[in-house]
Amino acid sequence: MDFLRPASWEEALAAKAEHPTAVPIAGGTDVMVEINFDHRRPEYLLDLNRIELLREWEVGEENVRLGASVPYTEIMEHLRAELPGLALASHTVASPQIRNRGGVGGNLGTASPAGDAHPALLAAGAEVEVESVRGSRFIPIDAFYTGVKRNALQPDELIKTVHIKKADGPQQYSKVGTRNAMVIAVCAFGLALHPETRTVRTGIGSAAPTPVRAKEAEEFLNAALEEGGFWESGKIITPSIAKQFAELASGACNPIDDVRGTAKYRRHAVGIMARRTLGWTWEQYRGTGRTLEGAA
Amino acid sequence: MRVNFTVNGRPQEADDVWEGESLLYVLRERLGLPGSKNACEQGECGSCTVRLDGVPVCSCLVAAGQVEGREVVTVEGLADYAKQRAEHGGACGTGACGSSGTSLQDAQGWSAKGSDSQTGEGTELSPIQQAFIDAGAVQCGFCTPGLLVAADEMLERNPSPSDEDIREALSGNLCRCTGYEKILDAVRLAAARQERQGIQEGAV
Amino acid sequence: MSRNTRVAAAPAGTPTKVTQGSRTKGGIGESTLRPDGTLKVTGEFAYSSDMWHEDMLWGQILRSTVAHAEIVSIDTSEALAQAGVYAVLTYDDLPTEVKNYGLEIQDTPVLAHGRVRHHGEPVALVAADHPETARRAAAKIKVEYKELPVVTDEASATAPGAPLLHPGRDDHHAGHVPHPNIVHRQPIVRGNADEAAKKADVIVSGEYVFGMQDQAFLGPESGLAVPAEDGGVDLYVATQWLHSDLRQIAPVLGLPEEKVRMTLSGVGGAFGGREDLSMQIHACLLALRTGKPVKIVYNRFESFFGHVHRHPAKLWYEHGATKDGRITHMKCRIVLDGGAYASASPAVVGNASSLAVGPYVIDDVDIEAIALYTNNPPCGAMRGFGAVQACFAYEAQMDKLAKKLGMDPVEFRQLNAMEQGTLMPTGQPVDSPAPVAELLRRVKARPLPPERQWESTEGADVRALPGGLSNTTHGEGVVRGVGYAVGIKNVGFSEGFDDYSTAKVRMEVINGEAVATVHTAMAEVGQGGITVHAQIARTELGVTQVTINPADTQVGSAGSTSASRQTYVTGGAVKNSCELVREKVLEIGRRKLGTYHPAWATAELLLEGGKVVTDGGEVLADLVDVLEDEAVEIEAEWRHRPTEAFDLRTGQGNGHVQYSFAAHRAVVEVDTELGLVKVIELACAQDVGKALNPLSVVGQIQGGTTQGLGVAVMEEIIVDPKTAKVRNPSFTDYLIPTILDTPTIPVDVLELADDHAPYGLRGIGEAPTLSSTPAVLAAIRNATGLELNKTPVRPEHLTGTL
Repeated sequence: MDFLRPASWEEALAAKAEHPTAVPIAGGTDVMVEINFDHRRPEYLLDLNRIELLREWEVGEENVRLGASVPYTEIMEHLRAELPGLALASHTVASPQIRNRGGVGGNLGTASPAGDAHPALLAAGAEVEVESVRGSRFIPIDAFYTGVKRNALQPDELIKTVHIKKADGPQQYSKVGTRNAMVIAVCAFGLALHPETRTVRTGIGSAAPTPVRAKEAEEFLNAALEEGGFWESGKIITPSIAKQFAELASGACNPIDDVRGTAKYRRHAVGIMARRTLGWTWEQYRGTGRTLEGAA
Repeated sequence: MRVNFTVNGRPQEADDVWEGESLLYVLRERLGLPGSKNACEQGECGSCTVRLDGVPVCSCLVAAGQVEGREVVTVEGLADYAKQRAEHGGACGTGACGSSGTSLQDAQGWSAKGSDSQTGEGTELSPIQQAFIDAGAVQCGFCTPGLLVAADEMLERNPSPSDEDIREALSGNLCRCTGYEKILDAVRLAAARQERQGIQEGAV
Repeated sequence: MSRNTRVAAAPAGTPTKVTQGSRTKGGIGESTLRPDGTLKVTGEFAYSSDMWHEDMLWGQILRSTVAHAEIVSIDTSEALAQAGVYAVLTYDDLPTEVKNYGLEIQDTPVLAHGRVRHHGEPVALVAADHPETARRAAAKIKVEYKELPVVTDEASATAPGAPLLHPGRDDHHAGHVPHPNIVHRQPIVRGNADEAAKKADVIVSGEYVFGMQDQAFLGPESGLAVPAEDGGVDLYVATQWLHSDLRQIAPVLGLPEEKVRMTLSGVGGAFGGREDLSMQIHACLLALRTGKPVKIVYNRFESFFGHVHRHPAKLWYEHGATKDGRITHMKCRIVLDGGAYASASPAVVGNASSLAVGPYVIDDVDIEAIALYTNNPPCGAMRGFGAVQACFAYEAQMDKLAKKLGMDPVEFRQLNAMEQGTLMPTGQPVDSPAPVAELLRRVKARPLPPERQWESTEGADVRALPGGLSNTTHGEGVVRGVGYAVGIKNVGFSEGFDDYSTAKVRMEVINGEAVATVHTAMAEVGQGGITVHAQIARTELGVTQVTINPADTQVGSAGSTSASRQTYVTGGAVKNSCELVREKVLEIGRRKLGTYHPAWATAELLLEGGKVVTDGGEVLADLVDVLEDEAVEIEAEWRHRPTEAFDLRTGQGNGHVQYSFAAHRAVVEVDTELGLVKVIELACAQDVGKALNPLSVVGQIQGGTTQGLGVAVMEEIIVDPKTAKVRNPSFTDYLIPTILDTPTIPVDVLELADDHAPYGLRGIGEAPTLSSTPAVLAAIRNATGLELNKTPVRPEHLTGTL
């Protein structure tokens, strides 16, 4: 095993080009577990800790440019207003110690369906900026997850920045685990209201081979809210709409039975979380006088 | 490979480090600092918690090569760290404020204390360390070093924590012996003592 | 890969004596602080995994990847050829004819011979200069397995033609078991349950399932074996019983016991999981083969395979009661899965059957308990030891009975509660206080915690709700429930076992002060035994400064740190040796100074505050003047009252020496839609006889309570029934409670002396682990109205989504 310690982003890209099998390591919270437990012996470890730009974020007009290695703790503490869904998701990640090290880049790189950030990214809307010596490109989050623990990265590419839409309305995030802290998701659900476009976006974690959106549920809800004039009136969403939304969200799951939970439970729980997070966000939307400012 | 970094205020050099080694392994097996514990090696128990550039992390999940040039504080340096903090009237975010940590020479000659009729009763402790003893928060003690580092850092950020704040801050540290009640007692005790100390100093 | 560059002459981390007295004082009954506390908070206390020796090698165990298979071949050549590898050992390298070990039945191979019987069984050993070298070499050992059908439950174990786990058994249980895949069977029959059932107005029955719990001590199995010049070996290890280890290790190594010198290293928790051997023999074999010190440290994955677990159980119960709430009879059948090797299964069977009725008066009972041999992971000792599984079932039955009778569950229990003088189903009278009804009264009388504590001015505090930080509810679907349970646990070794301990106590004058030294082989595993030993020495010998020597095999056996017995038995031994030392000191005093005061001959004399005093308080002499440069040292064994075996047919016999009782009230909040549980409060009342150290007593009760909570709502080793392989050997998927899962645990301590025990004390460690699980289950049933016959309760059980 070789340990590569690039001092700059350019050096990192060059190293990755030269050694496409090199495994990037930033927070180490996935990679080191695999090494400690003898599950993985990469030829090269590519340490990204020395690259400052990966730990930086910038709040722009429309987007937040989030460096791949910004620790979850920082997201929780500094980006609650701009990225409320992701901030809530960050708060559910493992433990304080892990949140101090791990970042969204790691979740994306590992692309486990159980990664806590994915549903929030899917719901908010995001693009992943990846780069190689060949140049950079933006991958829409909907196209990023390609299979179980697989993503759209090329072997020579590294994740640089995640461009996440700033919240234009309330966002929520829920995750079921069988413990009240430090637990891997049995399943998770993210929901974002986008009053500017009068749309709702969702994200489901751990209930399909990849993180997915509940598209039918979104389409149903978008139509129902539009038809009923809910966005203007801010009236309470009727139980039947919420119920159907929850059922469709549940139907978007394609889960498995494993030691953490049954497929049946996952479908059930996603439905409950869909209904609850819709209720919470809609209450926030109503409560804020339907302003377009982000709420968390 | 070779790794140079600072532990408890002292520069350290570890040689012939295997690239897959964790910071925890280097501390325990190469630098003679076994206070940080190896309970799960997957970031699920907090027993190996140290401060890396001031931030509590699981040292089992930090690759040794990643600590090049950085500052680490372990339970062995906690008393000094807290003392320096108290004297400088604030946080020592970098860990660089201590200069009296374990020297490499001392570390290499490490052996368990307690010999020569000592229980360490005269040892100078940080407030959180003393509170853990006084409150009965130590049983087998294997989780204790990690909890101390985490609890000390929380009290630095949040000197008057609510019970739920304490629970949240320590939710990454498993303990199998105590049922956590006496650990909560200890943190409350340390916070109260710290507050009283602050009031006394403020009154001078 | 290069080795460490540190230099050391002797093993770093070798335990040394600890002395307490310059600041920390206190005799029995006081909350004296731990003598090892400072070492533990500074990181200087050396655990077995902290041991380090110049030039040491790292041992690695290759374990079976399948549960049941014939080993067709093992090829170690490639592993041996690796640079940095010093030895690779298999069964063929074992040095003597003794190739098995075991606590009671020597059925466990040191290394597999021709067959593996469970997932993770040790097959080969490697010693190398770095753990990674050892791991890589182990991965290069080629083992060819031919898989065999697996036996995983009672039906498959006793089916016609079932594969026998241990063909040709000749152990002392082989003769009385109905099938060779049954380790031991203990029936208990008293009165006539069938006849008594006719008097019942209501009858309830149920089948209950208890999952496999792991001790999950935080300090992994580890130790260091150092070969000695005399051909022997020095072994530093974390264990619960040094002498039991020694008895099993020495014959395999072909060494006399005196050449295997064992010293207890720091123990990171035990809870029964260190009762059996783990890496002890393996490290010694590698050290003796290579001539170098060998350290072995399991990681968490290996730890799940490296020790036995709590027996999973299926329990079938029937109870009847009259309309006025008197229990008429009880019938039960308890099937414990012992896994591939016997470990402590026979004793667990004895406990499960003899404590199967719980702390109740039931004259007519028909009980049967068995433990199976299967291809599942071996199961053995864990805190509560057979009594835990039974308590889970009989307490569920009590609630069912009360409900059917329309009675309050606590009043119903109180009505049937045993008391001093009650006969156990074994025919043994309970001959010390049994305040079962009072314990229940106390937990019930406590005010309930306020409702909706999660509400705050800033909205719901999710940390106080089911789901915690995961933000699953802001109060939706949350229902509160309250449940009660009470349990009975035996203390000490039972069934005729010669249960004794040994203490060496020395008194002398050092630096002008009379001081004491206590030396035992008791394993301090965190419970605070050494704290209590120092307290006893102060109380009995009137000294302040007490030194505790490291536990090792240079002193007689202390028995195991298990069965809630150490304060009773080794505490008793320390007290006894102190008394003998005191007599000797007084003898010296009489000899030297007796002529100066008549009280030397006539009065009852005590040692207090460094002086000899009369029971009237008159000072006769300073101990410094009595002892001068003389040292008094006595090593003596001490044993509790003998017990007897249970009759193999009727289960009758005075099998236990003492009982311990605890009651719990659980208050839970359940998110009934998502099936998530938050335990809000878990109040406990326990009779401890005499609290030698109240702070430690409360700590033990809270810790035991929390382990019971864990198995109620999250802890289970999941074994695939098709392959008998463990599916969740990690802290990612075997979950134990965090501080956010653990509620306030108010503790109410009763002190009703047991006159047969030292200071009237009662063993306390296990009882709280019994009743906390059924109390939580009862509270969840109360909240949800569901029957819930399995523990742990999973969200699926609460939402009908299995």
